[in-house]
This record gives sequence, C-alpha cells and structure tokens, in this order.
Amino acid sequence: MTNQELKLKSIEYRKKILKYIYHAKAGHTGGSLSCVDILNVLYNKVMNVSPANFDDPGRDRYVQSKGHSVEALYVVLADVGFFPEEDLLTLCRYKSPYIGHPTRKVRGMEQNTGALGHGLAICAGNALAAKKDNLPLNVYTLLGDGEMAEGSNWEAMMLAAHYKLDNLCAILDYNKQQITGANADVIGLEPLRQKVEAFGWAVKEVDGHDVEAMADLLNNAPFEEGKPSFLIAHTIKGKGVSFMEKVLKWHHGVPSPEQYELALSELDRELEKLTVQV
Amino acid sequence: MLDQLTYTEKKATRDGFGAGVFELGNQNDQVVALCADLVGSLKIQKFIDTHPERFIQTGISEANMMGIAAGLATAGKIPYATTFANFATGRVYDQLRQSIAYSHKNVKVCASHAGLTLGEDGATHQILEDIGMTRMLPGFTVINPCDYNQTKAATIAIAEHYGPVYLRFGRPSWPNFTPADQKFEIGKALLLNEGTDVSIFATGHMVWQAIEAAKGLAAEGISCEIINIHTIKPLDEEAVLDSVSKTGCVVSCEEHNRYGGLGDAIAQVLVKNNPVPMEYVAVNDTFGESGKPFELLGKYGLGVDDVKAAVKRAIDRK
Repeated sequence: MTNQELKLKSIEYRKKILKYIYHAKAGHTGGSLSCVDILNVLYNKVMNVSPANFDDPGRDRYVQSKGHSVEALYVVLADVGFFPEEDLLTLCRYKSPYIGHPTRKVRGMEQNTGALGHGLAICAGNALAAKKDNLPLNVYTLLGDGEMAEGSNWEAMMLAAHYKLDNLCAILDYNKQQITGANADVIGLEPLRQKVEAFGWAVKEVDGHDVEAMADLLNNAPFEEGKPSFLIAHTIKGKGVSFMEKVLKWHHGVPSPEQYELALSELDRELEKLTVQV
Repeated sequence: MLDQLTYTEKKATRDGFGAGVFELGNQNDQVVALCADLVGSLKIQKFIDTHPERFIQTGISEANMMGIAAGLATAGKIPYATTFANFATGRVYDQLRQSIAYSHKNVKVCASHAGLTLGEDGATHQILEDIGMTRMLPGFTVINPCDYNQTKAATIAIAEHYGPVYLRFGRPSWPNFTPADQKFEIGKALLLNEGTDVSIFATGHMVWQAIEAAKGLAAEGISCEIINIHTIKPLDEEAVLDSVSKTGCVVSCEEHNRYGGLGDAIAQVLVKNNPVPMEYVAVNDTFGESGKPFELLGKYGLGVDDVKAAVKRAIDRK
C-alpha cells in the first residue's frame, strides 16, 4: 500500500469512527481519532496478520491495552476483512458482540481488554512464549498515556527488558490528555522517554499522525537488538476534526447531528485536498 | 472405616505441589512454571533444575506474573503461576478477573501458605478470604486438597482441565493419609467415612481435623459421615445432598473466613434443596496472628474440639 493510500485510509477511518459512534450514541471519540493512524499503519503496513492467517500460531499479535478506543480498532478490523463493516451498526447495542471494549467474540481481536494496565503484561507473556517456541513473530500493544500511571505496566516493562523481548513493541498514543484533564495536571508522566529507557527499553519518538514515518520505524523494529521497543507516538486527541482537537469533552463525547455533519464536511475537505494532490 | 484413616508420616501439601509439578513437567512440555520470588517456599526447585527453559522468574511482581501467565496461555502454554495464597488472589484480583477469568485463560494459579497454618508470619500472610474471591470469578475452578498425596495428584490433574484453576495448599507438615496412587477427579467429593448422625464436609487441612473429631465422637456413640470436598467449585452437589438425606444435619470445616467459603457454598445447596441444620467451623470474620499451626487453629475455632462441639450443636438442632 502506498503512503498516499494510507493517508486516504486514515481519513476514511476517521469518517467511519464518527459514523458508528454517532449511530450508537456512545463511544470514545477523542482517543479513537488520536490512535487510528497508528492502527492504520500496523494493520496495513507492518503486521503479518489478516483474516486468512488469524488462526496461524505464527501470526503477529496486536493487543489494544487502551481498550476504550475500540471504535478505531473495529473500523480497521472491518476494513481489512475480519467482519462486514455494517455489523458496526450494532455497536454498543444489547446482544451485539461489538461492545464498548475489545472482546474475542469479535473475529480479529486477540484479547479481551478494557481495564487499564493489563495489555502489556499479556503481550510480554505472549512474546516470551514466542521466543521459547522459536516463532519469529512480533507482538504489538497500544498503550494510553493516562494508563501509564498503572504500576502493572512498569512491572511488565521490567520483565520484558530482563528477558530481552525484542519481539515486543509497545506504542504509546501520547495525546497528553485523559478523562479528567491534561496528563501533566492529573499525574505527571514526564520525563517519559528517560523513564522508559531507564527500564531497559529502546525508545523512539514520532509524530503519531505521520503514517509514513511510523511505518518506517515500526518496520525497522526492534529499535535495538535484545531490547523491547517503545514508540512514543505524539498525537492529538480528537485529531482531524477541528472542534474536537484537544477538547476534553470529546474523550467520550458523541456529536449532535449538526456537529456530525460539520465533522464529516471537514474530513471530506481533507480527503479532497489529498486526492487533488494525486 | 474410621480406623483405617491413619497416616505414617506428615508432609506438607506444598511439597505435594512441588512433586506434582515436577512429575507433570516431565510428562507435558507445554507446562511452564512462574514464580514471584518464592521458589523455595513453593518447592519447585526440582522442576526448575530439570526444565530451566520452562521456568519464568518474575520477581516480586505478582500482578505482572498473572498477566505474563495469561499471555503464555494465549500461545498454548499451560502456565502454573505460583506464590503465596495472599499474593495469588487478593493482591492480583483484577488480573485474575480481567486478564484470566474474563477470557477463560488456561492459567493455573497455584497458591501455598493459605490460611492460618502458615504460622509465624502472621495476619498479613494468612489469607482467609481467597476461596471466596476465586469462587466468585466466573469459570474458575477452586481446589483445596487435604494432604501431600492429594495435592500432588491434583497438581497433575488440573493440566488436563482447560480453564482457570485456583489450587490452594499450605505450609505445615500435615498427616498424609490419602493413597499415593489416587486418581484426582475435579469436582468429585470423596466419602472418607460413612456415618448416620451428621455429615461433615471438610476441605484442605480441616479434613484431618474432621477425622480426628469423628474418632473422638465415635467413642461417645456419635456416627459421623466425613466427606472430603477437595473441589469447592464446581461443588459436588449430588454428594452433599445424598449424604444429607441420610444424616439430616451438616457441619462444614474450612481454614477460611466463615463468609464466602466452603460453608457458604454448601449452605446455598441446602437452602435450595434440603434445608437442614448446619454449623460452620470457620474463622469468625477476623484476621490471624503469629503462632504454631495448632495453637492458631485452637484459638480461631478450628480445633478438633471445635469440630466436635459443632457436630453436637448440629445434631441437637435436628
């Protein structure tokens, strides 16, 4: 897939995230918009996983530790063919498997997540098993910045470094905001890079909306042999819709009909601009 | 039958676990052991020496250990995550719930030093709530074997069961009276002694206390049926109801708080099907303290005399 196609996909994904959240009248809008470019790159450019090989023990694994941004993952999984996209019209409805956090009832999901601070340890265990079985696969997890306050993440980081899990890559969706406010006001996370490096990981930083740069970095992981990789993806919460960007209420805000139309028209303009460039 | 319930040696149930996991490790190469810095206490050194590549030391990070175990299970491993019962349940309840139970992971949570009988370390380490916590987790199997041989057999048997298991055992040397060659069947209560006056349902170390009590009561002309409930969940309801239909009253015995444990599991069955008088032998909603196992069992109402008194109360209420 070309970088141009990836960029177009990102905008399409954003439109779909909004569509299904709008339809469900529920969802985590801001976080889904901030992490969707990361998912786009992983599923379309980096990982060896698809509906065809999903039962193969050698497939790459993705676990969304920040489970609440599940709408982005649903949209991407549908796009790569795990299930029909129209299923998402049942998002968050009674009896639907497309609930508010990932579950394995949905094809393509590796893990049930949602309670924060669980994904990284599970991924480390999975990466450890792959090492023991000599399977050349990679395990990826997406962490939220607010989630980094969970001590369990740091326990898992110690272990992953100790066992030299260079088949493990954690990506931080670093949009600098969490439900109550800015990370810096809730509980300071900085200096993050130094902390993670001190825990024995190889760290890179990237613009989390630059699909080209992220694909380059992730396709060259591990960043350092013998060390797990940590990619700090600097993102913007609510990215792509001007009135949602960095505005706290969009953490799980649902757009009104007018806001929805406005958001779509903004994204359509972006789409047009990109297409013209081609 | 009561006379045949004797032992020649005392051995710790945790040693039974160590022997079981070693034997199992030789049979099944998918079995991996994890430990949060308590290798000596869990008696798994022989497994580690024989299969170093299948041992994962996590350091003192029990929550992490449970997450790592969940991850290993996703790759088809059968992880035995080991630590003290306190740190295997209360400390990591969220991991047991979210990372293991919710997706029905094939993780075996193996916990030593349960209950009062760990002795000297005192209340911080003497968990009396773990059966209740694990029983409440959907899909969890909860097992508390009574002696060395049974713990060894249970350790081996749970590998054949797909799904999360809480295997609870203890620290002290304890009468080892069940057969060395037993086949452990999850969920199958074991009738140890037939009796007519009362049904004693006991689990873990308290099975031997029940036997001692029954021997004493036999001399007074009281006939006790003793049933070893090694699997608290799923409970062998049929065995409970069959026994009760004959005896008409019940005593439950457990090294656990009176809330949430074996007694409550049995009471639920009785209330629904056959409400007969029942007495609990359990810790009365309190924490423990330091002491020798028998000193503590006596002080907290789990002594042989306490079982005898409970039997008499239950019979009187018929």
